[in-house]
Amino acid sequence: MSFLSQLADREQVFTFLTPTDSPVDVRHGPILYLEDVNVSFDGFKAINNLNLTIDDGELRCIIGPNGAGKTTMMDIITGKTRPDTGSVWFGSRHNLLNMNEPDIASLGIGRKFQKPTVFEALTIFENLELAMATDKRILPTLTARMLPEYRERIEEVLETIGLTELLSRPAGILSHGQKQWLEIGMLLMQRPRLLLVDEPVAGMTEQEMERTAELLTSLAGKQSVVVVEHDMGFVRSIARKVTVLHQGSVLAEGSMDQVSNDPEVVKVYLGEGI
Amino acid sequence: MSIPGLLRPLLCLLVLLVQMPAHAQQEDKGQALLQQLAEASRSDVQAAVVAIAESGDSRARDWLDAYGNNRLSVIKDTGKVVIVTNNRGRDWSIQDPLTGDSLGEMSRRELDRISINNALRTQLASLLAMMDLDVKDQKRRYEAASGLLGEVDASMVAPLQARIEKEQDSDVRGRLELALAIYRVEQGDVEAVSVLSGRLHPEARAALNNAVATGEPAMAAAASEALETVEQRLKINRAAETLYFGLSMGSVLVLAAIGLAITFGVMGVINMAHGELIMLGAYTTWGIQQVLPGQPGLALVLSIPAGFLVAALAGIAIERSVIQYLKGRPLETLLATFGVSLILQQLVRTVISPLNRTVVTPEWMSGSLVINDALSLTLNRLYVLGFALVVFAGLMLIMRRTRLGLEVRAVTQNRAMARSMGIRATRVDIMTFALGSGVAGLAGVALSQLTNVGPNLGQNYIIDSFMVVVFGGVGNLWGTLVAGLSLGTINQLLEPWAGAVLAKIIVLVFIILFIQKRPRGLFPQKGRAAEG
Amino acid sequence: MWLKRPLQERSTQLFLGILFAALVLVTLANLLFPEGHPLHVTTYTVTLMGKYLCYALLAVAVDLVWGYLGILSLGHGAFFALGGYAMGMYLMRQIGDRGVYGDPVLPDFMVFLNWQELPWYWHGFDMAWFAFAMVLLVPGALALVFGWLAFRSRVTGVYLSIITQALTFALMLAFFRNEMGFGGNNGLTDFRDILGFNLRSDATRLGLFIATGIALAIGYVVCRGIVTSKLGRVSIACRDAEARTRFLGYRVERVQLFVFVVSAMLAGVAGALYVPQVGIINPSEFSPIFSIEVVVWVALGGRATLYGAVIGAILVNYAKTVFTGVMPDAWLFALGALFVIVTVFLPQGIAGLIKKRRKADDDQDNDPEAEPTNREATA
Repeated sequence: MSFLSQLADREQVFTFLTPTDSPVDVRHGPILYLEDVNVSFDGFKAINNLNLTIDDGELRCIIGPNGAGKTTMMDIITGKTRPDTGSVWFGSRHNLLNMNEPDIASLGIGRKFQKPTVFEALTIFENLELAMATDKRILPTLTARMLPEYRERIEEVLETIGLTELLSRPAGILSHGQKQWLEIGMLLMQRPRLLLVDEPVAGMTEQEMERTAELLTSLAGKQSVVVVEHDMGFVRSIARKVTVLHQGSVLAEGSMDQVSNDPEVVKVYLGEGI
Repeated sequence: MSIPGLLRPLLCLLVLLVQMPAHAQQEDKGQALLQQLAEASRSDVQAAVVAIAESGDSRARDWLDAYGNNRLSVIKDTGKVVIVTNNRGRDWSIQDPLTGDSLGEMSRRELDRISINNALRTQLASLLAMMDLDVKDQKRRYEAASGLLGEVDASMVAPLQARIEKEQDSDVRGRLELALAIYRVEQGDVEAVSVLSGRLHPEARAALNNAVATGEPAMAAAASEALETVEQRLKINRAAETLYFGLSMGSVLVLAAIGLAITFGVMGVINMAHGELIMLGAYTTWGIQQVLPGQPGLALVLSIPAGFLVAALAGIAIERSVIQYLKGRPLETLLATFGVSLILQQLVRTVISPLNRTVVTPEWMSGSLVINDALSLTLNRLYVLGFALVVFAGLMLIMRRTRLGLEVRAVTQNRAMARSMGIRATRVDIMTFALGSGVAGLAGVALSQLTNVGPNLGQNYIIDSFMVVVFGGVGNLWGTLVAGLSLGTINQLLEPWAGAVLAKIIVLVFIILFIQKRPRGLFPQKGRAAEG
Repeated sequence: MWLKRPLQERSTQLFLGILFAALVLVTLANLLFPEGHPLHVTTYTVTLMGKYLCYALLAVAVDLVWGYLGILSLGHGAFFALGGYAMGMYLMRQIGDRGVYGDPVLPDFMVFLNWQELPWYWHGFDMAWFAFAMVLLVPGALALVFGWLAFRSRVTGVYLSIITQALTFALMLAFFRNEMGFGGNNGLTDFRDILGFNLRSDATRLGLFIATGIALAIGYVVCRGIVTSKLGRVSIACRDAEARTRFLGYRVERVQLFVFVVSAMLAGVAGALYVPQVGIINPSEFSPIFSIEVVVWVALGGRATLYGAVIGAILVNYAKTVFTGVMPDAWLFALGALFVIVTVFLPQGIAGLIKKRRKADDDQDNDPEAEPTNREATA
């Protein structure tokens, strides 16, 4: 529980919690804005007139049955999938549809995949090193050196995710839950303005889940966090505002209580047999 | 005439009497005709030829033919007329013109060739053609009529016109009319030009070209107008010919690639030994022909199932011994199967021969289908084209309509799920691979009819095959068909102005660029499943 | 500097030590002992070893992209051959008027084909510096254009392998054409001298061997420098989880392009050193089978180790020399079997066996190959 005690003890804000000097303009409202987005694969409408607004510093949970379009939505935001129609804005200045994945990532959107993806052949230390917000062009990367301040930052994150002892082991040896944490750690190294977290607690023990919940809630406020999760208990423990997706569009939005009493939502979930 | 007229019949009689002992049984009128030709003086010889032609003797054609070819000789000692069947070397083999029996060999010094002059030779050709016009067989009549194109002279106009009246067959009549029209255009008859308009035969074109160059103004104008329509029709025919060659080449590509489309496209297995499976199919055809000499047709028909079987078994051996251990490691599969291809090639070189083998084309597959004077389609290519389409249709049926096809598609889309539903995935893998390999064998059978069979046969097709599959879109049989046929056609379209090698390079570069524009090919699989 | 890092690394020091020791020993054995002495190394053998070292450099280049970037290039022979042709063109121009036809400018094959003047792309190759620059630039430029098109469209995996193969195949067909102006079928040959030294003299041949050894050393250090840098780790990241790397903000296609171009240039250098030693360059170097053979050298030696590529290249080519001498028919069987055995039974190659042995020897996992940053992180 070192993480919790640290959170409690330290007066100063973690360095990784300080957002980078992102050029994102949020003076005029939301940090993320999706309007009338449509995507179809071979005639199947994965996203159907989706409208979604995430405020700066908000922690938003997104739930929905399988095939509701949650992962596709993340693909669109991060530039992996191009929507057929609609617009996606990051702050009021950046049209994400004109950018590719690395640009979007450099702009300050970090993403954790549904299936934890870490670089298994590299050590845990190296995984975090690569994620660090630095100059990511070719030649600077070739000549990059491990500065003391970088190491400090990595060690800080290592401690947060509880992998300090394993820093020089290849990431391939980690358990599923540890990989989830490593990926969250990599997200933290990026210092993003907006974190997209896809099923962060799958494969985690009760205790690890608790720690994840603490971390995510502590991030909110300075950074915006969007969590997609199936585990209702987990969602209830962190959620302030919940969005329910169904068949590619928003079915309901509100607090957890409001949403779970919504007859439409109940019907969808019961109908799906969950 | 050295012998007085009165003496002539007597002399003939004498000759006949001398010959009597040899041919005592019958009196042959042909004998006299030949003798007459042999002894005719320079001014008589034409009459003698005409006499033979008009005799109605069924052997007359052979005699005149031999005469035209300098094969008619007289034995110096006996004065007997013989046909020389082989005039190479010192001793010539000779034949009795009356009975057709071989008379053995004779020194050429003892033979005296019955001479012929060029004017007579030309006349003889048309005379022979006219004779052929009288035969019963429509095909031979047509050929004879075609032979007359451009060869008509003044003496033939009247008999030809008479022939046209009598001719029942419209094709033959058309030919004869054309032959006559060409003659008339050559003679400056403007009205006959209209008959030549749009006709594709080279002789007709030559006559028109000649008329444009040398004819009177009215004639030249009419001829050049007629030529224009000819050129236009020629263009269409050339385009059709290019298209045919393109489709033919494309069908070969489709055959070579369609097996890959199954193993690579459906199973995701990169089999670099695919080309060698094609080679095995081709060698199977050759092998069966060795076992059944003299029956190339039967051998070829038997090769179809045999080639499929041999290649399919080889495919199963490759799958079991190598590929199954490399599941999910496509690059390693590529390398390992490449090793297999080297081994197979060397095996053929060692066991059979490093040299090319020729596979005999059965008679019903040789020759060509004549569409018109400018366009004829070679039959073997036509058969291969049809065969490719049949194989394609068969594969589509298997994949769409059979239990195996269903299971293959299930295993491809979700292996774990398919297994949990009771599909034996390993067995499906083997069957699919065997199917893809067997089709490669079929491609080999077909290829053996178009090219020589050698150890490098497969190697020449492997890159092209992969290009076709990738171009068409992996996992899509229709894509392979369209890609194969269109790449073949593009290649043929480029060839006239770029040359064969450059055309191939251009096509390769085109595909390299195309893949970069559309990495998933012409007909990509869409959706989340394809994103992986 | 990123190039200094590998020099401080024990494995690189060991590699360079062995390489230089071999260079010195062979040189001494060639110079000090008279012909016929049991320890004498003939000039023929020296050149043969020089050829192996060229192949080793080519294998290192292939391992850089395959081992660390996951790009299986089946067309690296094309870069090798282009480097070779650039060198060959220089050597052709050096012949001057000593050719069979005695034309002061035109190479023999052009005179034979009745060409009146030198094609534009042959100009400049009479100057050594220009030709040597082209040895790097031509393969580099081809890799740049091809890689830019391919990586930008995210063509990877087997697709990339197949189109690299098509690339080298297309080039082979092109170079077979006389009209290309590269000697067609026969290629470029009958070279006389290089930089004023007679190519047929023993001293020049020894010199070329040593130059190849040095080139291999430099190439090795450059590759090592890349793979031990952060860029090397990003390459491995691209190899193992391309999408993840992209979402971290790296431009995967540029990483791939950079490494690919460096690798192509190294291959070009290998080809350029190869040509004066074997005395000929012809389109068969473009043949797909050669490129794929290179890959199996790397696979045999062990992927993603670099030194494994060197071991593999030398071993296979030595075996080839022996086999083709004794029973030429068996070589293709052996090579084919090698492909199968290595991929099925020896996926880590010889380097993998060495590593396993070392791991077994000292049970501690302080293997410098497996965890390069272990020491760096704690240093």
